[in-house]
Amino acid sequence: MKDQQTKNTKEQVKLPEEPVNLIKEPDDLEQEEVLGKAYDSRLMKRLIKYLKPYSKWVFLAIFLTVGVALLSTIRPYLTKIAIDSYIVNKDPIGLRNIILILLGTLVFQGLVQYIMTYLTQWIGQKTIFDLRMELFKHIQKFSMSFFDKNPVGRMVTRLTNDIEVLNEMFSSGIVMVFADIFIIGGILFFMFSLSWQLTLIALSVVIPLIYTTIIFRKKVRIAFRDVRYYLAKMNAFLQEHITGILVVKIFNKDKTTLEDFKKINYDHTKANKKSVLYYSVFFPVVELIGAISGGLIIWYGGGKAIEGAITIGILISFIQYSEMFFRPIRDLSEKYNIMQTAMASSERIFKLLDRKASIRDPKNPAEFTDCKGNIEFRNVWFAYVKENYVLKNISFNIKQGEKVAFVGATGAGKSSIMNLLLRFYDIQKGEILIDGINIKDIKQSDLRKNIGLVVQDIFLFSDSITNNISLNNDNISEEKIKDCAKIIGIDHFIDKLPLKYLQNVKERGVTLSQGQRQLITFARALAYDPRILILDEATSSVDTHSEILIQNAIDKLMEGRTSIIIAHRLSTIQKCDKIIVMHKGEIRETGTHYELIEMGGIYSKLYQLQYKETFAGNG
Amino acid sequence: MTHLRRLIPYLKRYKKKLFIGFIVITFSAIFTNLIPFVISKAIDQIRDNAEFHTLYKYALLTVSFAAMSGIFLYLTRQTIIVVSREIENDLRNDFFGHILIQDQQYFHFHPTGDIMALATNDISAVRNFLGPGIMYTAETCINFTMAISLMISFNAELTLIAVVPIPLISYVVYRIGKSINYKFERVQEQFSDLTTKAQENLSGIKVVKAYVREESETANFRKLSLEYMKKNLDLAKVQSFSYPMMFLLTGFSVIIVLYIGGNKIINGEMSIGELTAFIIYLGLLTWPIISLGWIINLTQRAEASMKRLIEVFDHKPEIEDDPVLVKEYFKDAPIKGSIEFRNVNFRYDESLPYVLKNISFEINAGETIGIIGHTGSGKSTFVNLIPRLFDIEEGSILVDGIPLRGIPLSRIRTSIGYVPQETFLFSDTIENNIAYSEKSFNKDKVIEAAKISQIYKDVNSFPKRFDTILGERGINLSGGQKQRASIARAIVSDPAILILDDAFSAVDTYTEEEILNGLKDIMKGRTTILISHRVSTLKNSDRIIVLKDGSIAETGSHDRLIQQNGIYADIYQKQLLEEELKEL
Repeated sequence: MKDQQTKNTKEQVKLPEEPVNLIKEPDDLEQEEVLGKAYDSRLMKRLIKYLKPYSKWVFLAIFLTVGVALLSTIRPYLTKIAIDSYIVNKDPIGLRNIILILLGTLVFQGLVQYIMTYLTQWIGQKTIFDLRMELFKHIQKFSMSFFDKNPVGRMVTRLTNDIEVLNEMFSSGIVMVFADIFIIGGILFFMFSLSWQLTLIALSVVIPLIYTTIIFRKKVRIAFRDVRYYLAKMNAFLQEHITGILVVKIFNKDKTTLEDFKKINYDHTKANKKSVLYYSVFFPVVELIGAISGGLIIWYGGGKAIEGAITIGILISFIQYSEMFFRPIRDLSEKYNIMQTAMASSERIFKLLDRKASIRDPKNPAEFTDCKGNIEFRNVWFAYVKENYVLKNISFNIKQGEKVAFVGATGAGKSSIMNLLLRFYDIQKGEILIDGINIKDIKQSDLRKNIGLVVQDIFLFSDSITNNISLNNDNISEEKIKDCAKIIGIDHFIDKLPLKYLQNVKERGVTLSQGQRQLITFARALAYDPRILILDEATSSVDTHSEILIQNAIDKLMEGRTSIIIAHRLSTIQKCDKIIVMHKGEIRETGTHYELIEMGGIYSKLYQLQYKETFAGNG
Repeated sequence: MTHLRRLIPYLKRYKKKLFIGFIVITFSAIFTNLIPFVISKAIDQIRDNAEFHTLYKYALLTVSFAAMSGIFLYLTRQTIIVVSREIENDLRNDFFGHILIQDQQYFHFHPTGDIMALATNDISAVRNFLGPGIMYTAETCINFTMAISLMISFNAELTLIAVVPIPLISYVVYRIGKSINYKFERVQEQFSDLTTKAQENLSGIKVVKAYVREESETANFRKLSLEYMKKNLDLAKVQSFSYPMMFLLTGFSVIIVLYIGGNKIINGEMSIGELTAFIIYLGLLTWPIISLGWIINLTQRAEASMKRLIEVFDHKPEIEDDPVLVKEYFKDAPIKGSIEFRNVNFRYDESLPYVLKNISFEINAGETIGIIGHTGSGKSTFVNLIPRLFDIEEGSILVDGIPLRGIPLSRIRTSIGYVPQETFLFSDTIENNIAYSEKSFNKDKVIEAAKISQIYKDVNSFPKRFDTILGERGINLSGGQKQRASIARAIVSDPAILILDDAFSAVDTYTEEEILNGLKDIMKGRTTILISHRVSTLKNSDRIIVLKDGSIAETGSHDRLIQQNGIYADIYQKQLLEEELKEL
């Protein structure tokens, strides 16, 4: 019997050349650009740690691979017995029995193999799930300055693609390496036990085979790198010219652009053809090497058989074994690539995991349960980038329940004050106190729980209105959500939506106006009922109806809270107890609307510029 | 297969190569199938205790048949697979060519990502069908015929028994393949959900932190992560099943052959050599059997992809040269640059409100016109209509007294120097970016344009000067530098009409003045349209249009508009105040 498995998998090796699925390919690009070592004991040790919770299952998987190796290598041996002992000796009953044993091993192997394959996938999935969650939790802890510096896309790649690469290593890498080694061991064991001379003859082709495989892998790797390089180049070209299609058209360049594209496209095709060439050479050569081994077995083994030194059964089983032998060798070389990419990815992941958040909770946090809402800035100096101060020696005092408006031109430092109060950043000099406690002594979560932030650039999650208001906080009842929507004045609008409060805000067809989106963020702040409200009014104009709603909503929001508002509307400012005018990082004027107008300083100019009604249509 | 039929013209282009491919694949299969035949004869000879020295003949035959088969296999891949790559190349060229001629409108409804997916994934799916699909179909057919007829020559009854499970195996492979594809797509969807969630969480990190929602966000992400794991394991279940299932089925037929064949040998109806050959043939057939199911999947996917591609190929752009009108009006005279809007109404789609309402305006050749108005007042739309980025349905636009549709697209577009609102530069050298519109490249002109647009000094401060590459792989210019480079690009080709759509928004007022001074000479004898939010940019224009909600609210020179004390005057006063504030 010729082992079917050998043939199957040998041919399946061909498949990667013809990638059935290319969806992931563009992402794979970057990862493979930087290939390094295939094994790094430091990284490996850390990776193995993630397998620890599943060590039982890992051992079971390894045990099963031994089973698979044994079961798959024993069948040619059984075939030999079938031929030599029963067919040649004309024993139909013996033949039937050995056939039943063969069937048994086949079915059993199928079963074990299924369990093993699934088990390794399961282990891989579990492990990367843990790793992904750990990474996600870790990223959440970073301070805002980290997010300012690191593009979102890069972190998303760590969380998704990099971890995906590790999955491949965990599920098809590690365990399968054992499987291949066991199978090679099993084959050698049976072959040597049948005839060591014939084994040496048959396996004399192994060295050229390994050599060919290594050369091929090397060539193909380079060829694929070229393919990926040109693919990336082609994709970049496409992306760029589709994004910039306006420029292409305006300058009447569609024809020349197509010519340029054709060149890049053909480079890509050429690179592909090169990899086709390697495959066209490799597969025939491997088959030829196999045939040489077969020829040697017939020639030498046949001679031995005629001499009676070995049986025909041995001869036939040898033909099978020699073919079985090639697959694990080729597989092993493929695992090399998997390990290489996995090492590169894990390096990147661990680098991120090793990074500590720059803003951390105090070791002995101050008691901060009953926030009143007194705010004090004492000689605060702050810079996002070293020495480039955006706030210079800022001091002010806001009493419980007071409403204070911050005004000033863009870049005056208003938003920074808000960011600092929430401790998104740490200040360089001075102190920020809430109820007389330095905010550095308060747990971040305690601090932020008491502050409601409504920012200008409205951020809604692609989730239901309910979840956008409660932000999945179970302590906020559905009733409360509806109450808040009502107080804010957006309940009528929500009731008109097809799914009402369960409507996903980002679903196609549901278009919320800017004003409505803003009202949802107001309802969110209200639902959390903070002692301190920070509100950055949106500058963008909304329709008159929303405008009235927004103004009413702001009144409701401020009620009974210490409120800090970056105001853009005169109506809002006039309701405030105090106006602080900021200019170039400093506080330049403080007072009420009328006091400041009378002063005729910065505020009076700002007032004319920003708050006096402009020409009709501009809300 | 209806959609795949569209590939016939492409296949015809390479019919010679394909024809050779089919010939060599036949030879390759013949030699492959002869090997088991030789081995069977050898084994029978061995059993019959033949002379030792005759054995080397069989060994040599095996090796040389394998060598022959190998050579032909090499040629097969070098023809059929290479052709599939060539067709992929042609198909992608045609695809992009079609994309390039689509109207601006098309890109509003088709995100870049979707177009990219078509150009990569769908074209790859079609290629998979053309290359491996065709090659394995041919191989399967020939192997089948060869192997089965040789098997029948040995023993017809046993052949029948061995062949019975074949359709079943193909069917199983097909079903499993289909199920794997389906589950794989679900995994991909979940993967993209997971990515989106991560993306969203990180983009909204400020809200998350401000409301102390880290834990619930983690819980949400965990839910998606778990779901992703589940879908993966779902896929793993089928995938882990597929491999054992396939070798079980093929293994069964081999064991049955061994059993029945063995009994036949015992009864003297068959030789051991023949049995061995049988088993080897079954092995040879395994791949074709499996690939049959695989090919069906491949074809189905290619068919679906081709359908999507055909949608693009059949999508005709609306903005094209109208040969009748061009013939009627176009006298091949250079464009002088007078522009007239006559009762122009425009909206982007029938379901959308009008962006321009009843616009009538005449611009003389060589005149400088300023346009001011709030965001959304229709300024950019106004100028976008001139190079026919969109076609109007109501009213008419005339250039040099000729209706726009009567002028070839290439002529009108090459006559316009345009600085779009959103500066877009290619990741290429600065020189190539500036010389983008230049037909015959002239370095002096590039330098001249760079000097006028005040980018020359910046360029010279880079180590590689004009050879500096922009974009991700090169350096990133500041917003102002980009705008200035974009201005240089617009003026380099000496256009009759110059359109600057908010081209100074990222440039400081001082540099703006420098550029405007430099442009003064260029603007002489050239129709110039300046869009700006800043009065300082426009105040020296011959005439200024104030747009409001898609209509012309005021027109006139700076001084006249100030006198009118309307919208323009209001904007002007505010900007003066702003200046004052900055001085403080």
